[in-house]
Amino acid sequence: MSPVIDNLDLYWSGFLTSLEFIVYSLIGSMILGTVIAAFRVSPIPALRAFGSAWVTLIRNCPLTIVLFFMGFGLPELGINYSFFFFGVTGLVIYTSAFVCEALRSGINAVDAGQAEAARAIGLTFSQTMSEVVLPQAFRSAVPPLGSVQIAMFKNSAVAGAFGIGGDLFSVGKNLTSAQGYSYIPVLTGVAIGYLIITLSAGACLALIERKVAIAR
Amino acid sequence: MSEQTVLYDVPGPRTLRRQRIGTVVALVLIAGLLAVAIQRLASRGQFDPELWEPWLNPAADDFASVWELVGRGLLATMIAASLAIVLSLVVGVGLGVARMMSGRYGRIPVVGFIELFRGLPVIITIVYVWRASAELGIPIRLLPGENALWYLVIGLTLYNSVIVAEILRAGVASLPRGQGEAGRAIGLTEGQVMRSILLPQAFRTMLPALISQLVVVLKDTSLAAVIGFGYFELLRRGQQIYQILDNPIQTLFFVGTIFIVINYALSKLAVSVERRLSVSGSTSRTGADAAGETAG
Repeated sequence: MSPVIDNLDLYWSGFLTSLEFIVYSLIGSMILGTVIAAFRVSPIPALRAFGSAWVTLIRNCPLTIVLFFMGFGLPELGINYSFFFFGVTGLVIYTSAFVCEALRSGINAVDAGQAEAARAIGLTFSQTMSEVVLPQAFRSAVPPLGSVQIAMFKNSAVAGAFGIGGDLFSVGKNLTSAQGYSYIPVLTGVAIGYLIITLSAGACLALIERKVAIAR
Repeated sequence: MSEQTVLYDVPGPRTLRRQRIGTVVALVLIAGLLAVAIQRLASRGQFDPELWEPWLNPAADDFASVWELVGRGLLATMIAASLAIVLSLVVGVGLGVARMMSGRYGRIPVVGFIELFRGLPVIITIVYVWRASAELGIPIRLLPGENALWYLVIGLTLYNSVIVAEILRAGVASLPRGQGEAGRAIGLTEGQVMRSILLPQAFRTMLPALISQLVVVLKDTSLAAVIGFGYFELLRRGQQIYQILDNPIQTLFFVGTIFIVINYALSKLAVSVERRLSVSGSTSRTGADAAGETAG
C-alpha cells in the first residue's frame, strides 16, 4: 500500500475535488429535477409533455452519451467550457430525470383521500399542495431521492474517467500511467476513496430515513 | 395523474382562459428554445448534408460501412449485456440465498461482499478487474472471446449480482410469513422451504425488476468506450465513425437514439410484465414505481 501512503496528499486533493464535483451536481440536479417534476404535474399540457419527454429520453440514454455529447458535441457548436463544467452539467441533466421520478413517486404515494379531505374542507389548490400533499410527499420521497443521489455520487466516477481532471479517478490514472506505480494498490486507494463517500452517504441516508419515516 | 382531478376543481371559463394563455406561453418558450438550438446548429453548418448522409442516405458512400459498424457494435453491446445479466442472475441468486440462509456470523462475508460492490462505482470495478487480472496474471484469455469483453462482463457482473441478491431478498421478504411457516410445519427442511416454496414465488415478483436491471446493464456496457480498453461496443463504434467522418453531433444523435429506443422498449416490457404478474396483489418496490408510471 506504500504508493497510497506516499501520495496521500494527492489522494486527499483528489478526494476533495470529487466531493466538490458531487456537491455541485447534487445542488444542480435537485433544482433541475424539481423544476421538471413541477412541469410534469402542472395543469399546462405543453409543460407536462415537455417534462415527460425529458424524463423518457434521458432515463433511457447512457450517461456516457450525455457526457460525450457535452465534451465532443458542444465544442462543435462553438460552446467551450472546462471539462469540469461539462461534467457537472452532464451529470445534472442525467440525474434530474431520476430526481423528477423520485419526487413524483413521492407525490403518488400520498393517499388520494388526503387531498380529497383537504379539498372538502375548502382549501385551495396551493393550500392543499403546501399544507397537506407536499409535506407528506417529501417524506416518502426521501428514500428514493437518497438512492438516486448515491447513484449520482458513483456516476461522478464516470465523469472522472471522462477527464474532469484532478479528481480521485484522475489521481489513480496519473499515479499509474505517468508515475508508473502498479495498479492494484493505487486503484485500491481510489476505491477506498469512493467507498468512504458512498458508504457514509448511505449511513446518513439511513439516519434521515429513520427520522422522517412514517407508518402507513 | 389521479390526484390531478382531486387537487383542483374542474376549470371554469376564467381558469380555462388562464390555462390557454399558459399553454401558449409555454409553447412559445419551448419553440424559442428549439429555435435557438436549431439556429446554433445551422450557423455552425451542422445541417450540412455531408454530415447526415452517411447515416440517412443509402446512396451515400459511407452509408453501408457506417451501418455495418453500428450492427457490429450493437451485437457486441448485446453480447456483453446478456452475458452480464445471466451471470449476475446466477451469482446473485447464490449470494442472496447465502445471505438469507447463513447464520449471524456466516453472513458477515456475504454482507461485506454485497456492501463492497454496491458502494463501488461500477466503472471503478471494471477498471480494477481489467488492471488487477493483468497484474496478477489471471488467465482471462482462457475464456472464449476477447479479453476486453470479459473485463467488462466480470465488472458488470460483480456490481449487478449484488443488486440481484438484494432484489431477491426483497422478493422473499415481501412474501407472507405463513408461506415459510407452513413449509416448516409439514416438516420441510430450511433448504427445501427456500427451494420449493420461497424462491419460486420470489422469482415471479423479481421478473420486472430484472428486466429494469437489464436497462441499467445495457447502458453500462457503454462505459467500455470511456475506459478505452478496446471493446468495440456500440458507443465505441460510434466514436470510430465520427473520428473518420468528423460528425460527432450527428453520430451521437443516432447512437443515443438506438440506446433510447431499446431501453424504452425494455422498460415498457417491464411495466407490462409487472402488471400481468401483479394479479396476486403482491406489491414490490418496483410495483409502486410502475403504478406511478401508468398513472402518468
